[in-house]
Amino acid sequence: MSGTTAFWYASRATGIVALLLLTVVLVLGILVNRQGRLPGLPRFAVTSLHRNISLLAVAFIAAHVLTAVLDSYVSIPLLSGVIPFASGYERLWLSLGAIAFDLMLAMILTSLVRGRLNRTLWRAVHLLAYLCWPIAFAHSIGSSKDLQHGWMLDLAVGCALMVAVAVSWRLVSAARQLPRAGRVAALLAHHGAAPGTRGPQERISR
Amino acid sequence: MTTTVNEPATGGAARPAAGLPRLLPLVPGLPEDLRAHLGRYGRPPYRGGPGLLINAIQAAGLTGRGGAAFPVHRKLAVVAGARGRKVIVANGAESEPASHKDDLLLRVAPNLVLDGLQLAAEAVGASEAYLYLHPGHHPELLRAFAERSAAGIDWLQVTLAEAPPRFLAGQESAVVNRLGGGPALPTFVPPRVSDRGLGGAPTLVQNVETLAHIAHIARYGPRWFRALGTDTEPGSMLTTVHHAHGDSQVIEAEMGAPLRALLADQAEAQAVLIGGFHGTWLPISQAAATTLDNQALKKHGAAVGAGLIAALPADRCGLAEAARVTRYLAAESAGQCGPCLNGLPSIAGGLAELAGPRPRRQTRENVERWAGLVTGRGACNHPDGTVRFVRSALKVFARELTRHEQGRCSATNRRPFLPLPQGMPTTEDDWT
Amino acid sequence: MADTLRVNPINCSGHGVCAELLPELISLDEWGYPIVDSRPVPAFLDRDARRAVAACPTLALKLTRN
Repeated sequence: MSGTTAFWYASRATGIVALLLLTVVLVLGILVNRQGRLPGLPRFAVTSLHRNISLLAVAFIAAHVLTAVLDSYVSIPLLSGVIPFASGYERLWLSLGAIAFDLMLAMILTSLVRGRLNRTLWRAVHLLAYLCWPIAFAHSIGSSKDLQHGWMLDLAVGCALMVAVAVSWRLVSAARQLPRAGRVAALLAHHGAAPGTRGPQERISR
Repeated sequence: MTTTVNEPATGGAARPAAGLPRLLPLVPGLPEDLRAHLGRYGRPPYRGGPGLLINAIQAAGLTGRGGAAFPVHRKLAVVAGARGRKVIVANGAESEPASHKDDLLLRVAPNLVLDGLQLAAEAVGASEAYLYLHPGHHPELLRAFAERSAAGIDWLQVTLAEAPPRFLAGQESAVVNRLGGGPALPTFVPPRVSDRGLGGAPTLVQNVETLAHIAHIARYGPRWFRALGTDTEPGSMLTTVHHAHGDSQVIEAEMGAPLRALLADQAEAQAVLIGGFHGTWLPISQAAATTLDNQALKKHGAAVGAGLIAALPADRCGLAEAARVTRYLAAESAGQCGPCLNGLPSIAGGLAELAGPRPRRQTRENVERWAGLVTGRGACNHPDGTVRFVRSALKVFARELTRHEQGRCSATNRRPFLPLPQGMPTTEDDWT
Repeated sequence: MADTLRVNPINCSGHGVCAELLPELISLDEWGYPIVDSRPVPAFLDRDARRAVAACPTLALKLTRN
């Protein structure tokens, strides 16, 4: 069901931009974790962009929710932006959006007070990103027919592909990474000093 | 002076002569049960409240016998002064492969150690006590536990805890980490374990030999303790001496005793490793002329450390020996801190090359560069201790290095001298 | 009242962001790990130091009061 007011268009536009931004944030987050670089940019660019674009995404989602609420064609209560099942209109899909937004707020708020938080707790909340993105994606696909055809469908598929590739790389990279206990052994072997190596003194002449 | 046998005590309360041996039994190898122990020393003299023993320990000037030589009363005071729950750990995890003085002490005088543990526990007001040691057969210790429990002489129940066979397992924060259910890996300091340790409670980690000395000080007082040793380093200590001819023995020596009195056959030795694998090599001439105290050893860049005194026979290659130990030390890195994880294997590889024929000139410089890069940049002292060992080896065996550069080696005996365990840790399980 | 910089070497993974943001006080060793100047942070670098501390992805860099 589509309306014709400017608010409705604005909501859909900010929504698609938010999805794009969230995709970029997730890929950048993986890049930070794997100490990857963006070509031509210093290392702090990766961490800064990840942080700043996530804040930008929140701003776009806030606008996305507000414009949807302000639009008079359908009745969406303001709180449904953060509370699931609070809207009568497209209840399921909007709830997914609220859940995704809640997860985002949790990640960002914990990151803002990171210095005072237990590291394991911060990391556990931040890992919710991998739950947040699919939920946001489902919300995008389901709550408006826009993404179900045309160039917006291509965009959505493109985002999904980027996330799939990035997450796969993350998993493969982690699987290939040596556990702490094995790193020293590997380095010793690399430097020609593994235990059991025949000591070079065996070959010295008198 | 190191071999005097003192008069046997006539009763638990009688003050024995101030000489040696103090910790080791009068007759070596004689098994000691609780009855004999109580007959010789009497029951542990509990003070009746926390803090009261600490003044005596301060007056006695006791320093830690685990390697760090920290003034014992200070650590006790920090824990005693803290509020809330407190923990005490008797550290019997003798992780130095070449040292076995703590093992011996736990076999021949377990009750002395356990007395000290109980007295120190009372002094700091601990409510939990642990004895942390490597797995193995400890029949004398277990018997001591059973007998003490039956006799009801302990203030606190002691929990036995197992340490993995790692070089770092006896490091203070690693001990607390392991006791808390984690791996025996060092943790970042601050906070020190004496401020926040096991379960967040201030934790006193004390070497078992130190606890045995505490038991003596509690019974006989600081004046008696100071009758041996030097003014700044009073008392006696256990040393593990590896003689050049191959035997090793634990000798209880007076602080300040001349090292030449401990070394049986200096003529056959070329150099002495003092302290432990984090210690310092000295040429035999210097070692024979110095004494067993930090004030004298500091002038040579050495310290008593864990009490290891290993005389390298003249027919071995000092560099080969140093390379073997350095490889062991590198393999035992916790691998948690980048500089140590990368630096120690590099240094070990460098030493292996220097121990071989015609090492490249660049390697010597690389080793020195890496040594500078790892010092002070780990969470614990492992890289620093390793560097101390390596630098002293390169200094003492400099002539040998020159020979190696010319393609020669003066060694006629290729057999390894210093004892090293087989294998190395490769999985997380190796640390728990 | 100057602060000093310290690295928790266990948490540090050699990311290198700190050295980019505070090259006056932090350089990287040949393995990519930070070598931190342990002297008190001069006043004119205080803001940059705080930025470097905030930017560390593992929060290994700390600014501690003396």
